[in-house]
Amino acid sequence: MLEVADLIVRYGPVTAVDGVSLTVPDGPFGFGLVGESGSGKTTLGRALVRLVPAAAGTVAYDGQDVLRARGEALRRYRRAVQIVFQDPDSTLDPRMRVGAAVAEGLNAHRIVARDQVRARVASLLQEVGLEPEFAQRLPHQLSGGQRQRVAIARALAVQPALIVLDEPTSALDVTVQARVLALIGELREQRSLSYLLISHNLAVVEQLCERTAVLYLGQVVEEGETALLLGTPAHPYTQALRAAVPDLETGLPTPAPRPQPVDAGGDHAPDDDGAARLHRDHPGGCPFHPRCPLAVDRCRSERPPLREVAGRRVACHRAEEALASPTVAVGSDTAD
Amino acid sequence: MTAVGIGAGRARGVLRRLGHELARNPTLTVGAVVLAIVVVVAIFAPLLAPDPTDAGNATHPLSVLQAPSSAHPFGTDELGRDLLTRVMYGGRTSLQIVVEVLAIAAAIGIPLGLIAGYFGGAVDQVIMRVTDIFLAFPALLLSLAIASVFTPSVGHMILAIAVTWWPWYTRLVRGEAASVVRRPYVESSRTLGVSHARIVARHVLPNAATPVLVQISMDAGGVLLVSAAISFLGLGAQDPTPEWGLMVSQGASYFSTQWWYATFPGIAILITAMAFNLIGDGLRERLDPKRVLSR
Amino acid sequence: MTLEVRNLRVSFGQRTVVAIDALDLGDGEILGLVGESGSGKSITSLSIIGLARSLGATVSGSIKLDGRELTTLGEREWRELRGDRIAMIFQAPISSLNPVMRVGDVFVRALRLHGASRAQARDRARRAMEEVVLSPQLLARYPHQLSGGQAQRVAIAMAVALRARVLLADEPTSALDVTVQAEILSLIGRMRLEEGISVLFVSHDLAVVAGLCDRVAIMRAGQIVESGATAATLRAPATEYGRELIAAVPRLGDAHA
Repeated sequence: MLEVADLIVRYGPVTAVDGVSLTVPDGPFGFGLVGESGSGKTTLGRALVRLVPAAAGTVAYDGQDVLRARGEALRRYRRAVQIVFQDPDSTLDPRMRVGAAVAEGLNAHRIVARDQVRARVASLLQEVGLEPEFAQRLPHQLSGGQRQRVAIARALAVQPALIVLDEPTSALDVTVQARVLALIGELREQRSLSYLLISHNLAVVEQLCERTAVLYLGQVVEEGETALLLGTPAHPYTQALRAAVPDLETGLPTPAPRPQPVDAGGDHAPDDDGAARLHRDHPGGCPFHPRCPLAVDRCRSERPPLREVAGRRVACHRAEEALASPTVAVGSDTAD
Repeated sequence: MTAVGIGAGRARGVLRRLGHELARNPTLTVGAVVLAIVVVVAIFAPLLAPDPTDAGNATHPLSVLQAPSSAHPFGTDELGRDLLTRVMYGGRTSLQIVVEVLAIAAAIGIPLGLIAGYFGGAVDQVIMRVTDIFLAFPALLLSLAIASVFTPSVGHMILAIAVTWWPWYTRLVRGEAASVVRRPYVESSRTLGVSHARIVARHVLPNAATPVLVQISMDAGGVLLVSAAISFLGLGAQDPTPEWGLMVSQGASYFSTQWWYATFPGIAILITAMAFNLIGDGLRERLDPKRVLSR
Repeated sequence: MTLEVRNLRVSFGQRTVVAIDALDLGDGEILGLVGESGSGKSITSLSIIGLARSLGATVSGSIKLDGRELTTLGEREWRELRGDRIAMIFQAPISSLNPVMRVGDVFVRALRLHGASRAQARDRARRAMEEVVLSPQLLARYPHQLSGGQAQRVAIAMAVALRARVLLADEPTSALDVTVQAEILSLIGRMRLEEGISVLFVSHDLAVVAGLCDRVAIMRAGQIVESGATAATLRAPATEYGRELIAAVPRLGDAHA
């Protein structure tokens, strides 16, 4: 069980993760982390595997602090929690053969005896749907989907209990994506894994995760059972996200009526693009208020706490109203 | 098929591949061939040279400063020594210098660069500031200054040059290492719990090595010229050691009347330095990642 | 017919990457060109606007814009045509904007290249920005000061200001957040309604295409394997690959977690 409490991660002056708390239970379990660029979801994933330092807050695995662990405790954590990255092209060392890449974790922790390594690598490759012969290949001889499978095998080698999957299929073709997602589902059952699935794609998260948290500008704005969240979203941002997903059957959601451009005042950084967003000082109060159709004065000054509303946790002062009459149009970035 | 047939077939195959290589990368091939000739001559100097003793202490007062002839194709020097022999043996000295300087510089520079690039932070700062101090001096002057402190000899000269050469490799490797360290596959190895040493050895070094290898091959010509210059100024090789730069220096005073003395060693320097440069250029072309991808 | 493509063959050396027998784009129509990576969809759009050759491709066949043959045009003729009749927007709009010029200057320069005076150009730029619902004040910014969505709107505004009849859109929303994507798609839809622009929309995302496009053509390995009215094609694909592609799209609403 992974418990994150009030985690804050900063990149210089920018707060990428701004007080996030969530709990990922033991497996089999899928926890989705949804957000767009600038939400901090990737940073959060990286902080959980200690690739970036946390400024404040705690992360505990099975009750033990993770962020300050050293030596043996750190080694144990590294085996327990693993990560798979988004980009299949840079996720494997181009000069290392597949077999050696998968064996790296095995060797680092001496999980099996030296003469057993080859056999174990072969079985790991088969587990992710690759023939053992792939061990001899170099990454550039593999397709994107195959490389992602190798990355998963690499992570599985150390027998983790939890895997952080950072947009594992976003860079893959849709047919390949479907297969890799199916693989993740199978592995979850076979190994009783839990995973934190980071994605901007609501459909993927719905398919694989029991619970989901929605992030906006580094804060959790809504969290709860996935079906509930996506079926009846309470936070205006979740609603906007849900409404913006184009659907194969019905086509686009009805576009908002043509908004009037507001005169641009002052010199703000654009806010619909994550990188740009990170450079802006956080607006006080609710992070979403500049774009929220329900925003009132209280939203500008008071950061809404996460509270129980209709079976899930929402960080919105007006969650009940939002739930009652869902909004679709959000203020856009046309003039900021 | 007979054994001869198979052998001939193989030989043809090799020749075809060489031809391919030549067509694809004439620069590299020409440079490599010329260098190969120089190396072979240097290695087999004791067998090929007409008067091996002339490379050492022998003197022949009767054949002083003779023009090139069938007996002495490169002429003789002021001690009557056969210059062809001395030029051939000079190749040994020069190649030894180039190899040792580059080996020492690489042995110091590359690990420092890897450590600086991999760990970053304070470690990086300290290493790079020390590197910067060395780089602030013009290399040739610095090596001259260092060489002048010690009794002139080939060995001391090698050290003097190596000491001024390593910082370039550190800087080069550090840049590459710093970029490799950020790549997802290195991050993934860290999260797997792989030790720093293994990551540097198995991931950072191989991926950061290419530019350094190219640089080293391109530097060979430079080292050769620097060592020739230092010997020319009297601070490196000393007589009777045959060294091309020294010979040019010794021949300089006779140049107007006995042109051959300084000329042949000079040509040897020119050809060898050019061969190194061609190899460096050719290697850089060959190892260019864009070319590799399009194959 | 606005755009008529016949027997288009595009190859890099020995490798043929596009082999399209027929592709049509009608007046005021939005056609979706869908495929996975390597299907040749991007190269097809680049060939239509005459940029494939500069990438080293060999292009043969016929591409007619309102009856005028494009494959034989020289560079000077292309310069007049691009922007004026046919425009293209890309996945990363910022990379097609000059980073050292203010956006407004790029805009004005493009308009003046096609014959407007400076005053006319400024005026048209301003009006085009309003069309795409962007404050004209953004024209004073440099490209890196714009968000992805804003930059894409600027690119569309330029196409509108230049009065292009045909817009080639190569994955214009793939790099954008889904909320911004919805707005851009809506904008493109409106441009078609209000200005009558025809759009060739290249995308790997079937769902995006579903909402926006009247017709869809599915590409695979350089060929069009299936095409037809969007709703009908997506509901009942005729080919095995079409079925496979559509089945693979993760859908909201059929959870089995």
